[in-house]
Amino acid sequence: MIVQDMMLKNVKTVGSDTTIGTALQLMINEDIRYLPVIDTEGKLAGLVSDREMKDASPSIFHQNEHPEDFEQPVSTIMKEAVFTAHPFDIAEELSTIFYDQHVGCIPVLEDHKLVGLITEREMLYAFIQLTGTHQPGSHLEVAVKNEAGQLAKVASVLKDFHLNISSVLVYPSKDEKEKIVVFRVGTMNPLPVIEHLVKNGYEIKWPPVPGESNEE
Amino acid sequence: MKNESIFVYSPDLLGYKFNDSHPFNQLRVQLSYELLKDSGFLSANEIIPPRQATDEEIMLIHDKGYVNAVKNAGSGNLSKETALNYGLGTEDTPIFTNMHEASSWIVGATLTAAEWVMEGKAKHALSLSGGLHHGFRGKASGFCIYNDSSIAIEYMKQKYKARVLYIDTDAHHGDGVQWAFYDDPDVCTLSIHETGRYLFPGTGSIHEKGAGKGYGYSFNVPVDAFTEDDSFLECYKKSIWEVADFFKPDVIITQNGADAHYYDPLTHLSVTMKTYAEIPRIAKEVAEKYCGGRWIATGGGGYDIWRVVPRAWSHLWCAMNNIEPSGRIAEEWISRWEKEAKHPLPKTWEDETGIYKPIPRKDEITSKNRATLEKSMYSIRKSS
Repeated sequence: MIVQDMMLKNVKTVGSDTTIGTALQLMINEDIRYLPVIDTEGKLAGLVSDREMKDASPSIFHQNEHPEDFEQPVSTIMKEAVFTAHPFDIAEELSTIFYDQHVGCIPVLEDHKLVGLITEREMLYAFIQLTGTHQPGSHLEVAVKNEAGQLAKVASVLKDFHLNISSVLVYPSKDEKEKIVVFRVGTMNPLPVIEHLVKNGYEIKWPPVPGESNEE
Repeated sequence: MKNESIFVYSPDLLGYKFNDSHPFNQLRVQLSYELLKDSGFLSANEIIPPRQATDEEIMLIHDKGYVNAVKNAGSGNLSKETALNYGLGTEDTPIFTNMHEASSWIVGATLTAAEWVMEGKAKHALSLSGGLHHGFRGKASGFCIYNDSSIAIEYMKQKYKARVLYIDTDAHHGDGVQWAFYDDPDVCTLSIHETGRYLFPGTGSIHEKGAGKGYGYSFNVPVDAFTEDDSFLECYKKSIWEVADFFKPDVIITQNGADAHYYDPLTHLSVTMKTYAEIPRIAKEVAEKYCGGRWIATGGGGYDIWRVVPRAWSHLWCAMNNIEPSGRIAEEWISRWEKEAKHPLPKTWEDETGIYKPIPRKDEITSKNRATLEKSMYSIRKSS
């Protein structure tokens, strides 16, 4: 999945000279946590998050002190060094930035112009789609040998049973000699294919074979 | 004379058949019907034949394009690609001749049940062929073509201005009905099912609460795999009473899939006949307390058609009529079917004890289910 297909497109922004008070009000009204700041040439100048806003706001015990602070431009509190992405970057790459760099939002730029925004929420939604859990299906876990060609073998069995695969995930196993392949298949009845896989020597981690096991 | 309960049935309902190897087999409706007759629990004047639903009625829920696709599929005039876009011609819902007609009989059966109850001609009505809860507006899914439950609910809403509570105890999440009324505050859905973590369709988490005006009118209690009678019934009893008391329905419609049983091949729960004896008795009490007795019950899933479904579904009719079956099963029934049966037929109404090995994680599962129930009921409990 590429960034273009997962980003927010109608992004609220403010100019560098917008006051902190106006920007804060916009964040409250729109219920958003991140606000990109755009300079006079239309380029991304920085990013303001609710964290900068909290730092700039007085404590709730002193709410009416220094109202003049809110008249300052947002450029005084925004973060200028911001991680950004390109619309053609891929989801996996972006998730690493979120995790390694501890950021909560990545603006998407094309020719220095802001074209979209990815927050942790969009990132998570991309993973929901990758796992296929938004489509009706059954979950099938198969242990395979940790060597080339294993996924293709199991997938071809699924094909023989005319099962549409909504997603595939490969987990490392505790046993280094194997891997766990998790399929989400579009069927309510995975029994025939399970029976076939078992017959052919595969270990099915889930679901249990009917009537045989009580344990996970 | 007013019937207390009616049993909607005719052999027309048995034509919903994908193929010989498909797990969904409506022979179970006939098996249940005969078990009731052979036991002397069902008499001719209580049996009402269904009608076929009209296209207009089916389109209370389904898109016109989809209905046309089902018709064309059933007469062999639908390309494979188009069919797949409508969820037809898959392993789950293969195409069969006259699938539209067969499905409209089932919708008509559940509509007949709804009419008898809403017009006060009967207090309770049973439509065992119905309960096809996975059918979507424009797509077949999980063995279901037309969603008779959704159609009957919309019908009761429009024709009788009724507030409808739908209660689904099939082991699979009642996704089709939930999504059909997700933003509707006049229809409340409650589904108790095996967690979608592994099982089809995957949805039905406690966080699916409804949307827009319908927010707070969808309830889900996903129980853990290997849940047994006591924990399942605890979740069912508490949630049905709390939700009914919150929603104050005019009528209840229950989907009584019988696939949470230990013997069921497609799911991983461990309930026994005890649960199926209890479920309808509580549904009836709820209907009596909140709806003047108005209760429509349908079938649903159930893939051990010999050992589980006939007894479980007979309990629905027995609960409606205050019959408490126990002890030996009618000999005629056993001798008529034992040759064809894939498993030895049960000899008694109760399951024998010890049909499965004790579940090692029982306490953990019970406590997890309690926590799930608590979270699922949170929106009601905090406001009362």
